[in-house]
Amino acid sequence: MQRRFGRRVHEAALGYLLILPAIGAFGLFVFYPLVRTAYLGFYLAPPTPNLPSHYVGFHQYASVIGSSEFADDLGHTAFFVLLSVPLGIVIGLALANLAHTKVPGIRLFRTIYSSTVATSTAVASVIFFTLLNPQIGLLSYVFGKEGGNGILNNPHWALPAVALVTIWQNIGFTFILMSAALQSLPQEVLEASKVDGASAFVRFRQITLPLLSPILFFAGIIGVISGFQAFGQIDLLTQGGPNHASLVLIYDLYQQAFQYNNPGFAAVLSIALFVILLLLTFVQFWFFQRRVSYAND
Amino acid sequence: MPTTEHAHRRRIGRRVVRYVVLIAAAGVVLFPIYITVVDALLSPQQIVHRPPILFPSSPRWSTFSTAYQSGNLGIYLRNSAIVTLATVAFELTTSVLAAYAFVFLRFPGRKILFFASLATLMVPFEATIIPNYQTIDHLGLLNTFPALVLPFIANGVGIFLFRQAFLSFPSEVRDAAQLDGCGHLRFLFRIVAPINRPVIGAFGLFAFLSSWNQYLWPLVVTQTNSVRTVQIGLRQLAQTNFSQFDVVFAGTILAALPIAILLVAFQRQLVAGLTAGAVKG
Repeated sequence: MQRRFGRRVHEAALGYLLILPAIGAFGLFVFYPLVRTAYLGFYLAPPTPNLPSHYVGFHQYASVIGSSEFADDLGHTAFFVLLSVPLGIVIGLALANLAHTKVPGIRLFRTIYSSTVATSTAVASVIFFTLLNPQIGLLSYVFGKEGGNGILNNPHWALPAVALVTIWQNIGFTFILMSAALQSLPQEVLEASKVDGASAFVRFRQITLPLLSPILFFAGIIGVISGFQAFGQIDLLTQGGPNHASLVLIYDLYQQAFQYNNPGFAAVLSIALFVILLLLTFVQFWFFQRRVSYAND
Repeated sequence: MPTTEHAHRRRIGRRVVRYVVLIAAAGVVLFPIYITVVDALLSPQQIVHRPPILFPSSPRWSTFSTAYQSGNLGIYLRNSAIVTLATVAFELTTSVLAAYAFVFLRFPGRKILFFASLATLMVPFEATIIPNYQTIDHLGLLNTFPALVLPFIANGVGIFLFRQAFLSFPSEVRDAAQLDGCGHLRFLFRIVAPINRPVIGAFGLFAFLSSWNQYLWPLVVTQTNSVRTVQIGLRQLAQTNFSQFDVVFAGTILAALPIAILLVAFQRQLVAGLTAGAVKG
């Protein structure tokens, strides 16, 4: 009896010891900062840096969320997501469908279509920064310089250009995801429809596409979530400009916190970002829960 | 047999069309990379030449060593390697240990602590960046390697994936091992971890890519070239040396090369590795 109790205590002690590094890190770098961020949102930054910040309670939350700046941030972010996510998925799916065949040399094409996974956001952004440069850029040479300053300095084209870079950088990932999905489809169904004499387009629309809908939804959600977190391409290509035309939520957060010394304002934006992504993650979890239960039925 | 010949012709025609489309698509995808490689091998005068030069007739390979040395790419790549390897080593260790405890050990609060680990998946790092910056500042760690590693030593995705994998481990084997006097740590490192190499490898690849590609946090906590990672180094190169664009092009290639090599080497784990993080919001 005594010995069994001793073994139990020993096991529990080992358990706590093994989870301590992970739980300790989560406490210090995830949970504490999340609570602290919410708390910082209650304090208004002083007009000059050396004065103490000033407790205003929920007032700052209300004023930031109700501000036109926040509405503009959200508008730009939504525009960016709408430009980059659907088109990115369509291109990835089209390439995967194109390469889903057994012809000589197809492996080379698959490697090429996957190749952009090797580029980071910074690499992709610097490549396009030079391509779009009005003096030396080849794309500017081919498509025009947009009034001599390049499209990154044009308020109408800056955000679409950033979306284009994002789409290109994600082609590899989307292609790999869609190819894996196509390969996992039940081949018998596709073969049967071929025998039935359905045309390639009808087969794709009526059989392949419905079978792919879970993975398309999945790609859409992670695309939207990463779209809300897209920072590097904005920083390298436009810095939120020209004239705030590409100022997305996360870039505003960064500038308020680290350039304008306004942590209270940035904290409210952080909490807003957290809540938005939380809702999107719930949609994703809910969806997978449902899919799992279908699979078990 | 005119009909079979007709069908044969049609099949060849279709195949030609497919190749044309395949090649055109490959051209569009590769164009930005191709131009960057070509421009890295041209002189600055040749780069601005119009019409553009699309093939380097006398490639200047020396630009790569200029980027590596005076462009500091050598230092940036070394820094990224140090930070990424340390981060991955920590993440794998903390995740394996925690997942083992959650599956094979009994202790009060086990469920709630696992739930807390899962809950971290719902907190985007960007939303906690201000207090994290303050913490690193108070610890006196700004502009050091630990600043780049510490916030990422544990990862809920790893714990989640490893727990799923460990759960499918037959409990009879555990009981048999225990009867043989095999202690928990030996059981973990000799049996459980080796058997689960595929999932550990897939998560390792995912962790490596996410750490290597980090941008916002390294931008915020580094101030000098001696600790800047390659992503931030590239930003530095593009913003301060933009007049020497040949060096910028070469630096961009050097920055992408290690990951390109890594992905070719780990081609088979790629799909699992890329989608491993998909459970995180």
